[in-house]
Amino acid sequence: MAIQSSQLAIEQLKNLLREKEELNEVVTTKIEELIVELQGCHPHPIDPAQQIIDGFTYFKFNNFDKNPELYERLAKGQSPKFMVFACSDSRVSPSVILNFQPGEAFVVRNIANIVPAFNQLRYSGVGATIEYAITALKVKNILVIGHSRCGGISRLMSHPEDGSIPFDFIDDWVKIGLPAKTNVMKEYEGYDFKEQCNFCELESVNNSLVNLHTYPYVDREIRNKNLALLGGYYDFVNGEFKLWKYMSVVTKPITIPLKTNEGFKL
Amino acid sequence: MAIPSSISDPFASKFLPSSISDPFASSYQPSRISVPVKIEQTQLTTLRRSHCSTLKASMGSPGFTQQLNNNKLETLADVKDDRDDIFNDLKDRFLSFKKNVYMANPEQFENLAKVQVPKFMVIACADSRVCPSSILGFQPGEAFTIRNIANLVPTFESGPSEVNAALEFSVNTLQVENILVIGHSCCGGIRALMGMEDDGNTSFIKSWVTNAKNARVKTKAAASNLDFDGQCSHCEKVSINHSLVNLLTYPWIKEKVEKEELSIHGGYYDFVNCSFEKWTLDYRGTKLEENGRIAIKNKVFWY
Repeated sequence: MAIQSSQLAIEQLKNLLREKEELNEVVTTKIEELIVELQGCHPHPIDPAQQIIDGFTYFKFNNFDKNPELYERLAKGQSPKFMVFACSDSRVSPSVILNFQPGEAFVVRNIANIVPAFNQLRYSGVGATIEYAITALKVKNILVIGHSRCGGISRLMSHPEDGSIPFDFIDDWVKIGLPAKTNVMKEYEGYDFKEQCNFCELESVNNSLVNLHTYPYVDREIRNKNLALLGGYYDFVNGEFKLWKYMSVVTKPITIPLKTNEGFKL
Repeated sequence: MAIPSSISDPFASKFLPSSISDPFASSYQPSRISVPVKIEQTQLTTLRRSHCSTLKASMGSPGFTQQLNNNKLETLADVKDDRDDIFNDLKDRFLSFKKNVYMANPEQFENLAKVQVPKFMVIACADSRVCPSSILGFQPGEAFTIRNIANLVPTFESGPSEVNAALEFSVNTLQVENILVIGHSCCGGIRALMGMEDDGNTSFIKSWVTNAKNARVKTKAAASNLDFDGQCSHCEKVSINHSLVNLLTYPWIKEKVEKEELSIHGGYYDFVNCSFEKWTLDYRGTKLEENGRIAIKNKVFWY
């Protein structure tokens, strides 16, 4: 998005220079200053209001105004097919990495994309989103997306063994992922810390999927084959995305006969 | 059982032509209204609404197809129950991102892989129509984002929750400079809050939106002359300010705001008329103990 708008601006500048050649020196100085500034170690301080104005203006002209039918429909109601749990990490917005347009995905974001098990006393925040998504919006798919270099998972894996001072709230939240940590420590004992964190990022997604299943309406919709649970993992170090399904399988029964006069038969 | 399938073919994206249908439209039907707006400098006022007409649903014939090009949007209808369709859908989505964004900015993503330095923390609603990256153009690395029902912020005293865990991380560890709470029109959570009855029935939604019950009280007091829809719209904005007040109950947030290291902003996205309002908490001018109201500054309105 940013590339297109700067190309437009450069064209405008070229046109201006063609019309007014006397501006050449001023423009050269300004452009050289701009290049130095952009190359600098720290980006120049942004004015938050200006950033939001620019972002909204881009959205309005290039998206909203160009799709009146869609936005008219969305103004009346939403019917997303996906519910997505993603991390609050600024690098992993599901709309960006999975190109979700307005109306397509009901998105919940929290630290380490954790879903706690059904608990009516605590975690009403997450419970409310699941309740709303399933009973009111009737989503068809719930996708939980983990990611590389997750700070929340790193904290889960390192605390309290590293002896650090506990946080007020963070530790209480990430400890929901303890089953994942336990599994990883057992199965990947001896791996280095970073690798264990990677495994835990994946395992925590599975832990969240298991927890999702403890919500009665989730279980009901899965049984009725109206809902699928999916796990995802965005690796922004390597530019990869992993995707898998969470399924419960019922195997065919074996028959164990009663004892006969001849003794036990298999 | 976990069945992973890695997607690493960078340039194989193909967009599928799609049909737009609306099989699961939610039952919430706001009426179409025109909105003359009066903006005052420091106080938040109710929008005056005149109920002009009710728009009858006319969404085009079901099943009309729309070809995708770079400027138009694509929405996929889930007509088949075949889960492989979902896999293909998500694969195409990721590949589109990889080709158009990730591969186009390799240096930026290499830096981001090492560390994130967002300037914003954004608290927005989980509503599928209000993603902050889409409507405000936040690029990867710019905004640490929490999304929950009705973009609520519970108080410090209410105990550990996912919202305050994220606040703790973003303010104390990432040291963001701005917190932005974004509300929006036709919010289902606010509607549930306003329509809630004390009938002994519990639900997660009720328990959660009760965090904003003060906003409901204020709305009923200030906007009792409006119809239910009007009250909901009023409450959407009151609730944002209520969340801003709740942010100040966190000692480490209050401290940073006092020192002017952190700014707190409210925003309201109206997707019926495509407008965005933004205002900043004026900490110096706020006398919470006196009148329970916050003072605001730098209010802007774009449409």
